[in-house]
Amino acid sequence: MAETTYLHSTIWLEEPEPNNAFACRAAYCHGYDVYGEMLGNAGWVDMLYLLVKGEAPSRARAAALELLAVALANPGPRDASVHAAMCAGVGGSPAASALMAALAVGAGGSGGAREVFRAMQAWAACDKDIEAWRSRWTEQATPHHEPIDVWPAAEHPAGFDPLGVDTPTPVKQVLARLTQLDADSRCAWLQANLSSMEQAAGFPLSMVGVAAAAFADLGMLPEEGEMLFLLLRLPGAAAHALEQRASGHKQFPFYELELEGTSG
Amino acid sequence: MSHERNGPDLLRQNVGRVKSGVGGCFLGSHVMFRGMDLHSEFAEARWMDLYLFGITGRRFSSAQLRLFEAIWTYTSYPDARIWNNRVAALAGSTRSSGNLGVSAALAVSEAAIYGRGIDIRASDFLIRTRAHVAAGGELGSWVRGELAERRSLAGYGRPLSSRRDERLDPILSFARSLGLADGPHLQLAHEIERFLVESRLRMTANYGAIAAALTADMGLSAREHYLYVHAAFVAGMLPCYIDAEARPAGTFLPLPCGSVAYQGAPKRTWHRA
Repeated sequence: MAETTYLHSTIWLEEPEPNNAFACRAAYCHGYDVYGEMLGNAGWVDMLYLLVKGEAPSRARAAALELLAVALANPGPRDASVHAAMCAGVGGSPAASALMAALAVGAGGSGGAREVFRAMQAWAACDKDIEAWRSRWTEQATPHHEPIDVWPAAEHPAGFDPLGVDTPTPVKQVLARLTQLDADSRCAWLQANLSSMEQAAGFPLSMVGVAAAAFADLGMLPEEGEMLFLLLRLPGAAAHALEQRASGHKQFPFYELELEGTSG
Repeated sequence: MSHERNGPDLLRQNVGRVKSGVGGCFLGSHVMFRGMDLHSEFAEARWMDLYLFGITGRRFSSAQLRLFEAIWTYTSYPDARIWNNRVAALAGSTRSSGNLGVSAALAVSEAAIYGRGIDIRASDFLIRTRAHVAAGGELGSWVRGELAERRSLAGYGRPLSSRRDERLDPILSFARSLGLADGPHLQLAHEIERFLVESRLRMTANYGAIAAALTADMGLSAREHYLYVHAAFVAGMLPCYIDAEARPAGTFLPLPCGSVAYQGAPKRTWHRA
């Protein structure tokens, strides 16, 4: 008897065990046998790329994604998203809440995934045209009515750090490594034009900006880059939440409170 | 970079302290909430009173608080088919914690075609439209312009149903009983609906528009409205979690392998491109 179709997918095919329609005998990801063939032959980033783009990555793209995954894995305990995960860890909140906290705080338009999204939109519009970037930022800086959204409005050119002084060394290191993988890439162009781009943006390049360029080089759409950025930064959040859970609240500051205005 | 940078100075001023304009707790002593002592000033306050004070810094009349509460009540559906509620039910079925399940369901409520994404846009649209009309602007061309620019009108039309929104009559009736159904934003919301119907644009007002109009008439900005409706669905989510958790684990919406229609690439041999 034919089964009713409830979901549709171009990603995943599961074949059932002969004696149980709810148990998977074989799973295919975009046509590739996951447990029969990919296992042992494909890496984590191969699977990640395949899931999102529907095709196995080239060696160059797998290498770029691998590099980016290592670069983004841990923003460190000073980062707001990791700090949020540590807030979950310190009080003994569930593991999932630590990651949910990191995702929520790391989702925003200032150093988070929404900024990656916006920077990737800029790459789609401007690509390797420095004048197009200048015009875009000039236009954005001009007071105008922006459609309201659940996200607070953008406050600076996406991919650049409004609180920075110069390009931080790790940002330059990641950009240099990505540039070595492909001389024609957006990353390579960004490295070659870094000074002009920073001058036009008015701020130094940030890791968000490098990630956005790298995701664009990987053929990702802005929404795909946004999702991967959220995902790839979770390992550090998890590790620091676990560490904080173990070290307890006495090694986690409660901080001084400074009330302003009439709030006190 | 050649520019002078004051970012590190700004950051340094905030190291090691929380600067707050909204209050804080003085453990063992008292709590200040936007300049008021929580346990004395709000000792007999309704929770909605405090909730809205936290968002706006303003207090509302008893009738207004009843309406704010009713707006939530009338859209609390314990129906686990609804996408955000389904998250709460799935969490119950997989024996996740209730807090995680409902938190995730609330996060999912920030959708583009319903929930928070519509709420903020509907409120913004009504407030801007009222300003436009008040300045002598014409309604029809403004609405058509909005539709052309954004391809939809937040608060008008409804996914999954073309029938009249079942929440409208109850909330409008209740608002009337409180004397809160005569505000300019609500009148405008009805005028927009009339225009859409007369123009054969096949859209009627949904709860998003009416709720936004009612709160705009009570003085909420679009962003305040967005924050106020944050918990609007929560009363319907908890029963979905509880119901699924009471049933055998894993039995909420089980899917046999054959129920997922695969429309992707044919089977192929693994190799990197």
